[in-house]
Amino acid sequence: MELPIYLDNNATTPLDPRVLEAMLPYFTNKFGNAASRNHAFGWVAEEGVDYAREQVAKLIGCTEKEVIFTSGATEADNLGIKGVFEMYQEKGNHIITATTEHKAVLDTCKHLEKLGAKVTYLKVKEDGLIDLQELEAAMTEQTILVTIMYGNNEIGVIQPVKEIAAIAHKFGALFMTDATQAVGKIPVDVNADGIDLMAFSAHKMYGPKGVGVLYVRRKNPRVKVTAQIDGGGHERGMRSGTLNVPGIVGLGKACELCRLEMDEEAKRLSALRDKLENALTQLEESYVNGNTQHRLPHVANISFKYVEGEGLMMAMKDLAVSSGSACTSASLEPSYVLKSLGLSDDLAHSSIRYGLGRFTTEEEIDYAIENTKKAVNHLRDLSPLWEMFKEGIDLSKIEWAEH
Amino acid sequence: MAYSEKVIEHYTNPRNVGTLNKDSKSVGTGLVGAPECGDVMRLQIEVDENNMITDAKFKTFGCGSAIASSSLATEWLKGKSIDEALTIDNMDIVEELALPPVKIHCSVLAEDAIKSAINDYRVKNGMEPIEMPKSHH
Repeated sequence: MELPIYLDNNATTPLDPRVLEAMLPYFTNKFGNAASRNHAFGWVAEEGVDYAREQVAKLIGCTEKEVIFTSGATEADNLGIKGVFEMYQEKGNHIITATTEHKAVLDTCKHLEKLGAKVTYLKVKEDGLIDLQELEAAMTEQTILVTIMYGNNEIGVIQPVKEIAAIAHKFGALFMTDATQAVGKIPVDVNADGIDLMAFSAHKMYGPKGVGVLYVRRKNPRVKVTAQIDGGGHERGMRSGTLNVPGIVGLGKACELCRLEMDEEAKRLSALRDKLENALTQLEESYVNGNTQHRLPHVANISFKYVEGEGLMMAMKDLAVSSGSACTSASLEPSYVLKSLGLSDDLAHSSIRYGLGRFTTEEEIDYAIENTKKAVNHLRDLSPLWEMFKEGIDLSKIEWAEH
Repeated sequence: MAYSEKVIEHYTNPRNVGTLNKDSKSVGTGLVGAPECGDVMRLQIEVDENNMITDAKFKTFGCGSAIASSSLATEWLKGKSIDEALTIDNMDIVEELALPPVKIHCSVLAEDAIKSAINDYRVKNGMEPIEMPKSHH
């Protein structure tokens, strides 16, 4: 076992060697521009792109023509939301999203507010799921788009996308989902789920960075988005720019592998995740954040009360994890996602996210368990709050000198 | 963000972790910060009849820099008089630990904890409290 151990697979994943192998020829002898229609170099590159497009389509249950390649999920989110807002402005200007969305969605919506959009940010329940009745109540005739993420990047909860899509459609709105954390990890089928637009990226599923997809439905209904990058009219005019052929080939290979290995992999990862979670929640005053029934198989988000997340990560220097603590940010604000669940700031500061992945072994999880336990106990020995808690002092009654 | 070697050293081997009897007249306790902000420092000093600090202890809930700042503060406090201790400036801590700008608040908190502990001692022993600096906040 090599140290440090990578347990931050929600941030990014390592490239699968099989993906790298598929990509390599497209950097060298298959270097052609996929848009060069008149010679073999172009055809070879186009073939690679076509095969990749087919693999993407197979993974999410769509047709090849519905796959728009982008530079990643952030661009796909931007293109989907801004593109729909521009294309459908005659129909309305209202967009519905949720407070726990990724910044790529939230900040795009904020931008559109300046351009005249009305945006509803739905709150989530304590378990991180949106309230479907609240969604329905927020729908208006002006609503053109409901955009709710598939699986959350911090806590892993899976939103009821099928039900959300049905509500959106009932009111004549489109349904978009940022599925960056879900595609390749759990079955996502755009037709079964009623998805009209969907954003995701390669590097969260063992593909390369710098390539992603916006799925745009072509039938029932035919969805159109206004291009945000103008140029040569690539990707059916929705996203200009020379195709990133090696990246796209890598994305295709990553999708193929995920499709073939997903079932077994999800079982393996959820077993490891449960092992980690069960062991760590045996520590006093530790809590799992988010719904534990509807969630991705590979994420555990745990708050260890009375220790601070960043300090804890420092004590676990052999583990690469992430924390909801924002001690490094100038605002000192902890994770907005955890706060949206109604978690108090101190619990949000005390959270650690473990993101397991394809290359995570049981031995690594065992090490992570021991390492975390040791670190939590060490920091609690240093923590005045832990001492006060142990003395039976009610911390909420203390007048803290806020700084 | 990478931590400086000195932060890591104090964090790994924190000096003077512990608790003094806060009810003792010779002990001054400073509890600063707030759990919601992600930092709480408790710093305690034991002072002899000549107003010399003979012992200092801390416990801190916070990031590595906060723990290192309070560990360093206890080290500096020992052997100083309570008047000398007031001259410890947060920027001295920043310099010693090579704290980056985003971590300066950790040193501010440590300075507040020192002053707050000294005040607690002064008030307990019939002296006027010194004015707490508010300019940092």
